Amino acid sequence: MQFFGGSEISPSPPVPTASGNNAHMMYVFNRNGVCLLYKEWNRPLHTLNPQQDHKLMFGLLFSLKSLTAKMDPTNADKGNLGVPQLPGQGCSFHSFRTNTYKLSFMETPSGIKIILVTHPKTGDLRESLKYIYGLYVEYVVKNPIYSPGSPIKSELFNTALDQYVRSIS
Amino acid sequence: MSGIGKVQDCGTKGRMDTNDSLRVASLWHSMHAISQQLSPVNGCSGIELLQADTFDLHCFQSLPGTKFFVVCEPGTPHMESLLRYIYELYTDYVLKNPFYEIEMPIRCELFDINLSQAVLSDRVALLGR
Repeated sequence: MQFFGGSEISPSPPVPTASGNNAHMMYVFNRNGVCLLYKEWNRPLHTLNPQQDHKLMFGLLFSLKSLTAKMDPTNADKGNLGVPQLPGQGCSFHSFRTNTYKLSFMETPSGIKIILVTHPKTGDLRESLKYIYGLYVEYVVKNPIYSPGSPIKSELFNTALDQYVRSIS
Repeated sequence: MSGIGKVQDCGTKGRMDTNDSLRVASLWHSMHAISQQLSPVNGCSGIELLQADTFDLHCFQSLPGTKFFVVCEPGTPHMESLLRYIYELYTDYVLKNPFYEIEMPIRCELFDINLSQAVLSDRVALLGR
């Protein structure tokens, strides 16, 4: 996956193919499991309180990555199940789909995990997640007042993110 | 439903021993349940497709809860139909077999033969009905 490279400061967003509210919610976690951001656009069903929900989501991703690395049919050498994988080590999943939603996942080399939950018929969102990471770098990381590991409270970031996510088909 | 009925490895590097298969299966059961809890909308029936860098995993759940998995190359089409066909084979050659005990590993020769044929032969023709 190409994170750095290209002459532009931030990559241009993938062309939106349709407008509308396709996204249900979004999570951003850091490598320690701290939920840096949780945004909700359309979530009729809440089964747990926010803390439990974040922990469950993080735990699910951790286990799925472990399972994917173990199940990889192309890699002969696999670690044991449950051993934490370094970012980028082993095969990782990038999305899963159920009958009611599609979850797209991206982990950066620094351990930042971006999760977007959308309508099940949504296409491949890997490029979109990379663009969202670009927004995070521009508006959050480069903000001198922001301290890493704390929840994101940047208005500019929230607005840009909101605008972009609403434009994803 | 607990226990693994059958694992057929068609790849060369993908082999897992029985213990690992059991661990993966139980992990999957929990993942399936958690994914239902995290659904933003009502009526979620669990993970149907998991897409990774080097493979796709399709999961089909029958009404009584038996799960069928296929691990394939990313983007392989018609896997859902294949899984439904395998479910038909399962009901015909395994469940209707009077000597088969429920939840035990599957050792029905006709099931194995038909399964291999379905996987290796021309799937598109088979599923074109």
